[in-house]
Amino acid sequence: MRGEKPLEGMIVLDFSQFLSGPSAALRLADLGARVIKIEREGTGDICRQLYISDLEIDGDSSLFHAINRNKESLAVDLKDPDDHQTIVKLIQKADVLIENFRPGVMKRLGLSYEEVKAINPSIVYGEITGYGNEGPWRDRPGQDLLVQALSGLCYLNGNADQPPLPLGLSIVDMAAGAQLVQGLLAGLFHRSMRQQGCRVQVSLLEAIMDLQFEVFTTFLNDGHEPPQRSQVNNANAYLGAPYGIYETADGYIALAMGSVTELGKLLACPALETYTDPATWFDSRDEIKGLLVDHLKTQKTEYWLNSLEDADYWCAEVFTWQKLLQHEGFKVLKMIQKVQRENGIELWTTRCPIRINGELLTASKGAPRIGEDTSRILTHIR
Amino acid sequence: MKLLEGLTVLDFSQFLAGPSAALRLADLGARVIKIERPKTGDASRQLKLKNLAVDGDSLLFHTINRNKESYAVDLRDPDDLAKVKRLIPHVDVIIENFRPGKMKQFGLDYTSVKKLNPRIVYGTVTGYGTEGPWQDKPGQDLLIQSLTGLAWLNGEADQPPTPFPLSIADMFAGMHLVQGILACLIQRGSASHGGLVEVSLTEALLDFQFEVLTTHLNDGGKQPERSAVNNAHAYLGAPYGIYETKNGYIALAMGSVVELGGLLECPALLNYRDEALWFSKRDEIKRLLVQHLRQKTTEAWLEVLEKGGYWCADVLSWGRLVNHEGFKALDMVQTVSRSQAQSIQTTRCPIRVNGQKLFAPKGAPRVGEDNQAIEQAFHL
Repeated sequence: MRGEKPLEGMIVLDFSQFLSGPSAALRLADLGARVIKIEREGTGDICRQLYISDLEIDGDSSLFHAINRNKESLAVDLKDPDDHQTIVKLIQKADVLIENFRPGVMKRLGLSYEEVKAINPSIVYGEITGYGNEGPWRDRPGQDLLVQALSGLCYLNGNADQPPLPLGLSIVDMAAGAQLVQGLLAGLFHRSMRQQGCRVQVSLLEAIMDLQFEVFTTFLNDGHEPPQRSQVNNANAYLGAPYGIYETADGYIALAMGSVTELGKLLACPALETYTDPATWFDSRDEIKGLLVDHLKTQKTEYWLNSLEDADYWCAEVFTWQKLLQHEGFKVLKMIQKVQRENGIELWTTRCPIRINGELLTASKGAPRIGEDTSRILTHIR
Repeated sequence: MKLLEGLTVLDFSQFLAGPSAALRLADLGARVIKIERPKTGDASRQLKLKNLAVDGDSLLFHTINRNKESYAVDLRDPDDLAKVKRLIPHVDVIIENFRPGKMKQFGLDYTSVKKLNPRIVYGTVTGYGTEGPWQDKPGQDLLIQSLTGLAWLNGEADQPPTPFPLSIADMFAGMHLVQGILACLIQRGSASHGGLVEVSLTEALLDFQFEVLTTHLNDGGKQPERSAVNNAHAYLGAPYGIYETKNGYIALAMGSVVELGGLLECPALLNYRDEALWFSKRDEIKRLLVQHLRQKTTEAWLEVLEKGGYWCADVLSWGRLVNHEGFKALDMVQTVSRSQAQSIQTTRCPIRVNGQKLFAPKGAPRVGEDNQAIEQAFHL
């Protein structure tokens, strides 16, 4: 028997574009909320046109499909008075509003928190900015790579001899979206107890500082020493040997933290056994990792995994997606779902990573075309 | 306003994934009680970064466990276990991140706990889920990065798979756990029953890659190809990346290569009129940029690009960041301390509620620091 999804009955109005806000709305949809994307007539969410690898499906980018499945689309002109009235009526019925415009835009549209609260005092209003609502950066573009660049993050990535290296995904947007969901849900919980809404604000920069909180706190308390990436196979500037990914005779193996001397025994690499003082595992990490680089090339991944796993030394093979998708360990997660547009176009994507009462949260509805649900929504609110 | 005031969380978890979820609940106003082994406690008390420790615990532990209480019990001791079970009817949330089956050994799995408190919301973090060939493997961040294909998205094309330099599997799994727990708490308000929330590090990193993984699932299974020049994203074209300048670095986000050529006065870029070339010839275009951007300072480039509305930024180290007005305006750093110990500086919760930042000066507890107060308050 299928349980009701926890947010069933909730209505989310999502004014946001690209990834940070829409990924938050997606999670709310995953958890059972009805999400209505408010889009500009004609072009819609700019992300519809953001093609990567030239992969377009039914007129929209694959990114757009991935981020906006299980949502409805209402196409309006927010500057048109009639359409504004439609939005006001929707706000009266909505539980959550999400926006990620630059500071001040919602106010110009007559949709600031104060104005929305006057229409619906119990609404939970979520906003994502790039850099907060004050300070010299407030009007700068809130874009993932730019926030990575300002946040110090790029000096943690890659090896010591590399320039600052960006992380290869939109990690700032993803983190900010996840933080917004947490704040919105806490706001909804509070509302269920106290019958009043609230305003939740997250910025990309604060979200990425939070994501770095372990190592950034170290910096704040060690006299502001710059992080030193490992010269050899860096994986974390603040961890000692052997932490990293190493080439083998036929692929790659990941070694997590553990005793270097024990590792020396398990791998039959006597040179490692001389590092009996654990302090050297950090202080001489490049030297130790250099020894490992030479040694691990001599045998295949499978051979090393067998030597290490029996002794419960933390290690793993390094998979490509292709290899991952064929592996039983992946298949058993049932992480892939098929979604379908109203016109029958189908594609494969991932599902919500959260399970509730042992059940997977899936939904077969694909991403909407611009304004696909406009007439139905208008009928509903009249 | 602390939105979760009045909620109590029992946190059996260690290291980062579970404890970071409990920290966020504490940030938002919940009372978090860490259940720890007597004497040694959470294993992360001993896990030091750069050998840094404060008052007998690693700085790392202080960072993750501020604003929590510690209740030290030996779950193998029948008296202690009975006390924990008497505590359960008084709490709203349980968090655990043991390997599958461990909580059942103590009679503390969801089915058993639900009998003691039907309204409880029970959150579990595993490495790989609770079935399949990986379920008993160690759920460690770098290993999950390696298994999920993630390392092939990071670094330059000629580099081996390059890990992301943070514990992102733990961090995202922690966020997902908070999301699931809060959703169940909202539902509990109207349904009067709790729920079981399960997340895994593996699913967290698959979700983290969902945009590009969806592309892979629908493009015939092509392998991602990192850029050979200044890679920043395997699926984005030129100029997306970070470039060296005469005196530092500059980040260029997505935008028109032709417009960029005009602004930077780099005529060679004006030849790439067809947008499809920005992806198919990205290394060629980026090489032109590498040569060109070395000629002037970061400030000079920023000035022309910002004036032209092109998305760009300086590349800051933490040292420059913390001294910048833009960072100071966020008020992101707070000071926390435990009784009679030196205080530390750390970050605050990144979420603001009704315009207010959420601060809490309470530092991380010593092992068992709150035993007496908890046993008295709950009559254990």
